[in-house]
Amino acid sequence: MSKTPNIPSDPVEFDDMQGLIRFGHGALVEAEFILCTVKDPAAAGEWLRTAPVTSAKTLDSPPDTALQVAFTAAGLSAFGLSDNATSGFAQPFLSGMAGEDSRSRRLGDTGQNAPEKWAWDGANAHLLVMLYARNGGLEDWRKEVLSPKFNAAFDLVQSFPTRPNEGIEPFGFRDGISEPKVDWKNTHPPSKHGREDYSNLISPGEVILGHRNEYNARSASPLLDASVRGRDVLAQAPDAPDLRDLGRNGSYLVFRQLAQDVPGFWRYMDAASEGDPTRRDALAAKMVGRERDGTSLIHGRHDIDGSPRSNDFTYEDDVNGVSCPLGAHIRRANPRTGDHPHQLEGRIGWLLSTLGFRRRRDKLPGRHDLVASTRFHRLVRRGRVYGPKLTPGDAVKNDAKTDDCGLLFICLCADLVRQFEFVQNAWIASPKFNGLTGEADPLLGGRTPVSGVASDGFSIQKADGIDERHTPLPQFVTVKGGGYFFLPGLRALQFIARHGR
Amino acid sequence: MTQQDTFFILAPVAEGRAEELESLLLGMTLKPGLADPENALVPFGRFDQLHVARFFLVEANTWRDIEAYGQEPQPYPMQLAFLGDVDGDRQTFLKELMVHCADGLMEVFSHCEGVDQGTDLLRWMEDHNVRESANYINTRGRTVRQVHEEAALAAALHDELANVVNARGSADPFEIHERLVDYVRRERASGVLHLTPPARTTLRERLANWIDLISLPLILLMISPLLLLALPFFVIRLRMHERSDPEILPRPADARIADLGRYEDHDVTNPFSAFGDVKPGPFRRMIATAALYLVNYSARHIFGRGYLTRVQTIHFARWVFLDGKRRVMFCSNYDGAVESYMDDFVNKVAWGLNLVFSNGVGYPSTRFLIKGGAEQEDKFKRYLRNRQLPTQVWYKAYPGLTARDMARNSEIRKGLERRPDGAKALRNWLSKI
Repeated sequence: MSKTPNIPSDPVEFDDMQGLIRFGHGALVEAEFILCTVKDPAAAGEWLRTAPVTSAKTLDSPPDTALQVAFTAAGLSAFGLSDNATSGFAQPFLSGMAGEDSRSRRLGDTGQNAPEKWAWDGANAHLLVMLYARNGGLEDWRKEVLSPKFNAAFDLVQSFPTRPNEGIEPFGFRDGISEPKVDWKNTHPPSKHGREDYSNLISPGEVILGHRNEYNARSASPLLDASVRGRDVLAQAPDAPDLRDLGRNGSYLVFRQLAQDVPGFWRYMDAASEGDPTRRDALAAKMVGRERDGTSLIHGRHDIDGSPRSNDFTYEDDVNGVSCPLGAHIRRANPRTGDHPHQLEGRIGWLLSTLGFRRRRDKLPGRHDLVASTRFHRLVRRGRVYGPKLTPGDAVKNDAKTDDCGLLFICLCADLVRQFEFVQNAWIASPKFNGLTGEADPLLGGRTPVSGVASDGFSIQKADGIDERHTPLPQFVTVKGGGYFFLPGLRALQFIARHGR
Repeated sequence: MTQQDTFFILAPVAEGRAEELESLLLGMTLKPGLADPENALVPFGRFDQLHVARFFLVEANTWRDIEAYGQEPQPYPMQLAFLGDVDGDRQTFLKELMVHCADGLMEVFSHCEGVDQGTDLLRWMEDHNVRESANYINTRGRTVRQVHEEAALAAALHDELANVVNARGSADPFEIHERLVDYVRRERASGVLHLTPPARTTLRERLANWIDLISLPLILLMISPLLLLALPFFVIRLRMHERSDPEILPRPADARIADLGRYEDHDVTNPFSAFGDVKPGPFRRMIATAALYLVNYSARHIFGRGYLTRVQTIHFARWVFLDGKRRVMFCSNYDGAVESYMDDFVNKVAWGLNLVFSNGVGYPSTRFLIKGGAEQEDKFKRYLRNRQLPTQVWYKAYPGLTARDMARNSEIRKGLERRPDGAKALRNWLSKI
């Protein structure tokens, strides 16, 4: 338990950071995402130089519009960046979300979710333009940003309109309740053994590159040596004065289009509960882990650092899953585990736990310490919904249209493998999560076997010890496309812009 | 308790035959790295005492790192490794292997130096077998047969429990237990289910185990005055080394990571194979030897009941000194993706890894042998991935089962054979089915 050497906690520069990292732009209820390719690098650079990209600076009042831009690896090259400028980016970003079969396997992008069936692949695009505006303002904002200058520089690949949703995702559940709180001020250095219990705070380096992360190290960032032209606009790398930091205050952005079969979801619930609307809602709530209005199925409260009062709970009081099923969506996506299982009593307790001897005192032997510590695997979510709205009551009717609707899932992280891919693999898609077997995430799961093991079940643990099994579950969510992007800091945007010209 | 053994046959690949050998190994698989249990050369599935086995080509990725110590790096020849874990002893298994697939083995090993049609392969394998320095078995004495029998039992009980609950409700756990016991008795009588009783531990085995258990503490106790005297010198020397040992942690080539990925996640369990150099000099060699002795001792007597410290996902793991302790091989079989595995390493047993691996050339710097090191997540992952090798052929006798699954199946059997005390414990038992 000796001290780990601290890296200096540099101030986070909000004026060099894109606004989306700090804000969800919740007041800007209208949004549209646009994928495009570079037609004319010089024109593209010129557009980017003057593009009104929104920073994370604190303003007196929220702005009326916002613009964020992110790039694929191919996009950076299309803007004229050389390989020695881009080679420092993370391997999954360079390779792309669908770049390797093994990655698709890990992400559960197989069967109906396989990239061969996608409507679009981010790797084929260069630039992601994200437009946000207040109610009624998007049309004008779109015209202003997608100016003739823009059209001369880029070809449009695909546009993703969104629908204002007041925080309710297409299945009808309140969404976006659990967000990690980023410790922008760096006031809580993560000492290695200081997070035995679950905390909702994460270090800035879990979201942006070049800052202190949960391991008390700088998050990996592409650093440029003197051979890269135009690098002077970039900040100096903090620990290597002869290098410049291209990633600083930037973030990796994961974008996935998740089509949601709303009629299919509610019809399954309806059939499984013999048409009783109360039981139907209860079953759906068990799969999600929350009631439709967002009320958690866990009622015991804990004081959790950086968490709002209404979301102060862990699963420690429900180790056997009787209140909230072990495989419920929110339990998989955010297991709320600390570094050590259960409360520790003093140094002896810590030592015994570290050596693996604390297990015998468990209430439920065998479900002990199976889930990784949550703080290393958090995501900042920034998704929006698309397609028409359908209430559960309407969805179960026979004439309900299976319209194209769903979630444009967007999340930000500093380490694609450790954060997004880990959550998607070990927690969402894994049929062996938390000692279960034969089931993946009841909402997001692809239902095809994962690593040779069935994943299309769902079990609800009961007080009498007899699980209620739902097998086979139909697939409710299908991946229609996705990509890994880099959301640069504002200085890095100017660096990229210079390369085009 | 059934005794278990390991084998590890290592031999240099003959000049210019590596490519041919690689495609031969490829022919033994269903998916990249995943062995076909019925493949024509070595049909692993026919050996009911074989838990896991693998063939892989040993390429020294990091042999040049020793240059940082001012030593002339010497390339290692490419080698073929064949290793596995068996119930019973190695000699019996190798003999049986020769009985069933001498031709296939000959075809594989004929790519190694000094093997031709006239070679007595059994003897050759024994000659090229390398004993490990430390070995970890998730659950000592649990046989392949037991794993299969208990998995079948759990699956049958899972279905039967639904029938019982449908017919009689779930109000009385004691009655449910009784009915399940009756059911299993019937199924066993009709030969559908088998539950072979565990092999008895003989008095001799017990005695040997006991002597082994107390010998280390006893010796340590006896030489403790000497150890105490030597401790300050040891610590000073250690800190000097730790301050000056270079970290060699380049980012692994993207193409290498992508290639390793091809072999991963075809089963819920994955193999890990790696080679690394030991830091030069007797001091580090001594620490590495002592650390592995300690690992081996604790794996025999303290762990081996489902947990290696806090890690529950490792089925088998092995550390082997090679080339006069200049190199160490580390092989393991773990559940989940490699990122989850490394997560366990970094977040749960960084101290334990440091104890062993910090004696490797290039390792992230440690303090007092257990601090630092693997706690530096990014650096540690680079260290590990740079030394990881693709496992061309990997076999596991029970695909789809994680260590946790097997433990649960054993718990189900235990509760069947001896009814858990009280309604609450009984409900817990039922929830496992």
